[in-house]
Amino acid sequence: MLEIKNLTKVYPGGLKALDKINLSVTEPQVIAIIGSSGAGKSTLIRCINRLVEPTSGSIKLGGEEITTLNRQGLRKARARMGMIFQEYNLVERLTVMENVLSGRLGYVGFWAAFTRNYPPEDVRAAYELLDRVGLKGRHDDRADALSGGQRQRVGIARALMQKPDLLLVDEPTASLDPKTSRQIMRLIVELAHEFGTPALVNIHDVALAQASTDRVIALSDGKTVFDGGPDQLSADVLSDIYGAEDWSATIRKDEDEEEDA
Amino acid sequence: MPNGQGADTVWKCPPTFIANPTVRFGAWVLLGAYLVWSVGSLEMDWERVAKGLPRAGDMLARMFPPDFSRQSLLIKGIVESLQMAFAASFIGMILAIPLGLAAASNLAPRPVYLVARAIIVLSRTFHEVIVAIFFVKIVGFGPLAGLLTLIVASVSFIAKMIAEDVENMNMGQVEAVKATGASFTKMLIYAVQPQILPRYLGVCIYRLDANIRHSTVVGIVGAGGIGMTLTATFKRYDYDFSLAILLAIIALVFIGEIFSNWARGRLR
Repeated sequence: MLEIKNLTKVYPGGLKALDKINLSVTEPQVIAIIGSSGAGKSTLIRCINRLVEPTSGSIKLGGEEITTLNRQGLRKARARMGMIFQEYNLVERLTVMENVLSGRLGYVGFWAAFTRNYPPEDVRAAYELLDRVGLKGRHDDRADALSGGQRQRVGIARALMQKPDLLLVDEPTASLDPKTSRQIMRLIVELAHEFGTPALVNIHDVALAQASTDRVIALSDGKTVFDGGPDQLSADVLSDIYGAEDWSATIRKDEDEEEDA
Repeated sequence: MPNGQGADTVWKCPPTFIANPTVRFGAWVLLGAYLVWSVGSLEMDWERVAKGLPRAGDMLARMFPPDFSRQSLLIKGIVESLQMAFAASFIGMILAIPLGLAAASNLAPRPVYLVARAIIVLSRTFHEVIVAIFFVKIVGFGPLAGLLTLIVASVSFIAKMIAEDVENMNMGQVEAVKATGASFTKMLIYAVQPQILPRYLGVCIYRLDANIRHSTVVGIVGAGGIGMTLTATFKRYDYDFSLAILLAIIALVFIGEIFSNWARGRLR
């Protein structure tokens, strides 16, 4: 489904954010990408939809090479990739419904988008998704009237409106409180499985990543240092990724919290 | 603790601009000396001023009572000024959109940005009156020259505001809309327009208010409107009619200001 080979990104300042990353996703699983700040997590997912231009390497989504696409091809490819952001990035002065429907911007014509005249099946899908993420009846509220958790729910609905082949999720819970974080993370994982869409999720919360995802990839200095099941992530591995600390508590603490969540 | 006896109780705000007290004092002395010299060197002819004072009194006396009898001339001038202001604001607010977007460094490619900025700077360099003189030379006396002048002023003013607003907008929202596969134009209407629209409309209304004021001024150099009528009355020593026109202008500007404040208040 997604095949990344030798992906490298060097920023104009000379910073090597990604160093020959190889990554293969062959089944619709939810993959956590962990690593300390500056390890290249955001750069990696932004290279996949080319919000950041990769320096070299290959990215194939469903067999199509992304890195060499022209502008129009890139727009079509982006329409197949849903993205969820740390700061939600809703258009705040637009309604919830407009934000959700904007997930179809890669598919509808300019005039339909301008007049908000979306095809009936898109409108139906939008209502269903709003219902599914727990925002039934809020379609005409302005996005800036919602709380952080609610905004992220709209962000999720917008991404899923694209009927994406891949979800790119950048720190979805970093701006949320612990309880909301867990609810949002659970919602993303559930919906990804339900839609059969693979998801790459950048996340700082190691315990949450372990508890909710199918696979964990760890980046350090732009290199993959771990790729495996969440249960294989031991204290030793975490020391490799983040540096020496007492990690045993982090791993255990999560199990306690899951029970009362 | 510097005193060795608990916390200090004395604190003075550090000087904002010049730290050295001698230099600071010296700067004040120099500024004072310059003011005295510049007033002295203006070569003011106090005799002429003294002669002018009774003349001013005479002029004021002849202004009263204001003469509103030539209503048709007065109304024609006011309507012409208003038409110039409205038309210039409307055309200006439309032409300013492409120019403003082109002048935003976070949207436009570098060459486009530089050209657009140059156009804005150039048309803002000269005061309306100078631009009006220029247009009067090209298209002749009358409201067309005034209209063109006000359009130039409006476009550059509104475009500059748009450009600054676009540069300050939240790029996260732009990134999110781009990530859906939206084209540049769809991105403009979904991510840029919602962010800048309220302030844009506010600026346009402010500009309409400003255009009403300026439309009375550009007439003085022959670019149509009530200002042109006003100049004519001064030339013919029709001071009572001049006062009537001045009162009408005050009323016009006052109403414009009230409308502008009301309308902009409603946008928030």
